[in-house]
Amino acid sequence: MTRYILKRLLGAIPLMLIVIAVAFFMMRIAPGGPFDSERALPPEIEQNIKAAYDLDKPLVQQFGIYLWKVMHGDFGPSIKIRDFSVAELIASGAPASIQLGLSAILLALMVGVTLGTLSALRQNSAADYAVMGVAMTGIVIPNFVMAPLLSLVVGVYWELLPTSGWGSGELKYKVLPIIALSLPQIAYISRLTRGSMLEVLNSNFVRTARAKGLRDHLVVIRHALKAGLLPVVSYLGPATAAVTTGSVVIETIFAVPGIGTYFIKAALNRDYPLVMGVVIVYGALIITLNLLVDVLYGLLDPKLRSNR
Amino acid sequence: MLFFRRKSTLASGNGAPAEAPSVEARSVWRNARLRLYRNKAAMGSLIILGLIIVLAIIGPSLSPHEYDAVYWDRIQMGPDFANQHWFGTDGNGRDLFVRTLYGARVSMAVGLLATFVSMVIGVVYGATAGYFGGRVDNLMMRFVDILYTLPFMFFVIMLMVVFGRNIFLIFVALGAVEWLTMARIVRGQTLAIKRREFIEAAHAIGVSNLTIIFRHIIPNVLGPVIVYATLTIPQVILIESFLSFLGLGVQEPLTSWGVLISEGANVMEVAPWMLLFPAAFLATTLFCFNFIGDGLRDALDPKDR
Amino acid sequence: MRVLTGSKPTRTLRALMLGTMLSTVLISGAHAEKVLRNGNDGEPQSMDPHYVSTVQTSRLTDDMYLNLMTRGQKGEAIAGAAESWTISPDGLVYTFKIRSHTWSDGTPVTANDFAYSFRRLLDPASGTEYASLLYIIKGAEEFNKGKAKAEDVGVKVVDDRTLEVTLTAPAPYFLSQLAHQTAAPVPKHVIEKFGKDWTKPENIVVNGPFKLAEWVPNVHAKLVKNDKFYDAANVKLDTVYYYTYEDRTAMQKRFRAGELDVVRDIASEQIDWLKANMKDELRIIPYAGIYDYALNTTKKPFDDLRVRRAMALLVDNEAITDKVLKTGELPAYSYVPPGTGNYTAPATVDWKGKPYAARVEEAKKLLADAGYGKDKPLKFTLRYNTSENHKRIAIAVAAMWKQAGIEAELFNTEGKIHYADLKQKNFEVAREGWIADYDDPQNFLFKMEGKTGPLNYSGYNNPEFNALMDKAALMTDLTARAEVLKQAEALVMRDVPVIPIYYYVSKQLVSPKVVGWVDNTPDNHPSRFMDIKQ
Repeated sequence: MTRYILKRLLGAIPLMLIVIAVAFFMMRIAPGGPFDSERALPPEIEQNIKAAYDLDKPLVQQFGIYLWKVMHGDFGPSIKIRDFSVAELIASGAPASIQLGLSAILLALMVGVTLGTLSALRQNSAADYAVMGVAMTGIVIPNFVMAPLLSLVVGVYWELLPTSGWGSGELKYKVLPIIALSLPQIAYISRLTRGSMLEVLNSNFVRTARAKGLRDHLVVIRHALKAGLLPVVSYLGPATAAVTTGSVVIETIFAVPGIGTYFIKAALNRDYPLVMGVVIVYGALIITLNLLVDVLYGLLDPKLRSNR
Repeated sequence: MLFFRRKSTLASGNGAPAEAPSVEARSVWRNARLRLYRNKAAMGSLIILGLIIVLAIIGPSLSPHEYDAVYWDRIQMGPDFANQHWFGTDGNGRDLFVRTLYGARVSMAVGLLATFVSMVIGVVYGATAGYFGGRVDNLMMRFVDILYTLPFMFFVIMLMVVFGRNIFLIFVALGAVEWLTMARIVRGQTLAIKRREFIEAAHAIGVSNLTIIFRHIIPNVLGPVIVYATLTIPQVILIESFLSFLGLGVQEPLTSWGVLISEGANVMEVAPWMLLFPAAFLATTLFCFNFIGDGLRDALDPKDR
Repeated sequence: MRVLTGSKPTRTLRALMLGTMLSTVLISGAHAEKVLRNGNDGEPQSMDPHYVSTVQTSRLTDDMYLNLMTRGQKGEAIAGAAESWTISPDGLVYTFKIRSHTWSDGTPVTANDFAYSFRRLLDPASGTEYASLLYIIKGAEEFNKGKAKAEDVGVKVVDDRTLEVTLTAPAPYFLSQLAHQTAAPVPKHVIEKFGKDWTKPENIVVNGPFKLAEWVPNVHAKLVKNDKFYDAANVKLDTVYYYTYEDRTAMQKRFRAGELDVVRDIASEQIDWLKANMKDELRIIPYAGIYDYALNTTKKPFDDLRVRRAMALLVDNEAITDKVLKTGELPAYSYVPPGTGNYTAPATVDWKGKPYAARVEEAKKLLADAGYGKDKPLKFTLRYNTSENHKRIAIAVAAMWKQAGIEAELFNTEGKIHYADLKQKNFEVAREGWIADYDDPQNFLFKMEGKTGPLNYSGYNNPEFNALMDKAALMTDLTARAEVLKQAEALVMRDVPVIPIYYYVSKQLVSPKVVGWVDNTPDNHPSRFMDIKQ
């Protein structure tokens, strides 16, 4: 197992290098630069600024400089929020994104697995359709509609929770963003659960268990759920990475200080160092979580363990 | 190999048909069809979806209004039957009924075309990797891993920014990103069936690799591919709407549900009809695709239920 | 607190509690912290004023730094760090007497600080975006462009309290320019000690009424009162928050929930709702800015005056402001907004007041003259950067053009690409806008000068116009200068390199609790004059 993990981690290094290169050059071939705005700068001034950020050097040399700095843990300064380094911005935004993301994933896991199991137990009944219909709300209504709606109804009309904002990170500010973030995940997880539960419920070992006269819900819980959760587990890796790196919609609408905004806004602002920073963080997170999932998968499924 | 992501149930099952594909495949498909017919949600969805598509095609001609005609005196008005604005008008005084249906055309086209692109790339890529195996497979899947490690939205946005913004490119860009999972599914399926006798037999009598892939492998992995494709369509439609929210949607005066909804979301309190009608269409359509996808999966799953 | 009847001990306890509460109220009443909560429509860029180029940021830096000139309650330039000044008869040499005051760490502010700050802004190595704003100072442009040395900049320290600034030309707007964030003093001793980190809350040193206490990116920046500010006695607020909001609707909702006192931009789409429900809070005020369409005069067929004029004639500005926008903008018939300082009424297009139907007729004739008609329609791409309002206006204008057979294809790109293309003249017709940095017609008209470079998007280059601008630059008589500038503007209006659409307005929501907010055209609302009712 340790050897396997080490091997995977070693393999991640070239992977990350390629990811950095792809993102770096893709950003740079995009037309428009960080200093293009309504107020076009005189060429001399633009030159001064580019020099200050090393942007006047040949692209390949810039890439070399960047790689060298990253290897020494320096992600450079943000161009748009000048007083912060990229590392500082990510460090200040990541906790919020991770907190919200993990809470949302946990909530989605609880609700999604429950709904999916219920649905599977009553396959093709009205109850099945109703439950799946509710579960799917998160993927049929775009979150940029759901989020402002929640904020308007719960925050403005009912005055139950703050409409948006973060305060000093009190729970009341987090409830709505967590709900909004978890809705699409609930949809995916409940569907995955339903699908695999159906498969498991019809498999031989559950049939045998039933035949042995074990009571239905015990069968479900003891046998089926364990096997039925496998696809959910493998889904959790990328889903957790996606959710914990924030969401631009949730963050702009609820004014949450996460890092999801940077993926979009920094890209649109051509804040090169910041974009590269979040891409690296995302890549590292994806690799780690996928590894984690595979390890977990191996533990849950003895068949695969022996293959290694 | 245990690196599957979404919908890995599709890939994990040994979804391979039996040895003599020509005869048995037909009955597999027939059984699947029968199972699908029994699924009320899927059948209902199919009918509703059909209606929406028909409406999108003939609907605009039922209205006296053009999709880009500006009525200066009817800006942002609620449903008004006297002037035949059944869904009201938008912030520029254009008829929302016609625009919603034009939006339907664009959104559906985006969904279908992007899915088609992703299907073609994914199937060919996945089947090739799976069939050749070994180093080729390793290399090809490595590439998929790299693309997976890039943040998806960043990728789409950069594609849009770099290649400009026309509707055709939106299809391609989305398809070019969505094929990854498809490739993984197909590869898994291919790995499972390439050791079967009929493939080995074909190999033995000297059929070329290319022919084997296109004649024997691909037709036999189509089940899960169709299921996954059906579920990709609503995802793509949703992604398109997100791009519209960011202001990266289709160019005016064309429109899409995403564009209409993001405009409507801004005025949900003052002009609810601008949100309600397109959102209802979008939600219904997405529901339908998802139910059909789920129904297809239930139906095509080789394990009898 | 609802009082319940209870046994004796409880009652005693209650009396005790009441007493404590009362005294708390009394004490805190005297020292109640006064907090102003602003909803700011964008994340600040930096607390270093020399690197600030957005109004969303200058709102904060204006509260923290006291320039030689600063902004008054009405947004006008008033004496700041300079308590008095003299101007030489030729209008070229300004001598400032610096007020005796200190930085927030107690170090005195001297003329040296200002000289250092001007040179720092202009130093090419600083890489500042906005250095060109002080090019009016002698030697500044040359230094910034690497053609001269720092010593050549016309800023002289006479003594600790006296600063002499020499200009290249008499500029009646110079004092107003000095109130801009680029002219802010920065503390040399702190910058040299901390380097780039000098603006961190724990290091920052300022000379203005407020000081940065905390900055959480994308959440808020918190400013607290600077007790060392020379006029601290008259500063009523203790704390000013600037909450970052990219989403106008979300910001507005928070205002409605009473969690913000001021909102610096509104969600325009909801104007009807705001007019009906928040009439008293809604403040819509003319703002020194122009929204227009630039025609690329370096490209065919926009080099043809008939085409340009026809296109402009067809744009029904009033329909746009009254029917599409509905947020109080005024239709524009000139390039310089009315009410601009050092100016008279601006020169307008000659069709102002002409019935729209007649304008359409004339436009059709002009187009026919230029060779466009049914079988050969005028076709081009109209570009705009991503924004709901830009989109709605473009749709409206395209519909107006269509009635004369002009086929404009709409093309929207995100801001960076839009302006990168405009800069390279890679467009036919495009949306642009300009907001004044200082209150003077020159700040608008210079955009049309041949020598302006990339910022002159339309590529207008009329020797007659250029000559008038050069002439005005050397004039000291304000009335005569205004006349010359007006002649220049009249040329622009005749040649229509740009189609003026509307004059900007500032749109904000201000809670009735806020005291000392005065609506003004520059849209400057220094927190030092503000108070909040408890």
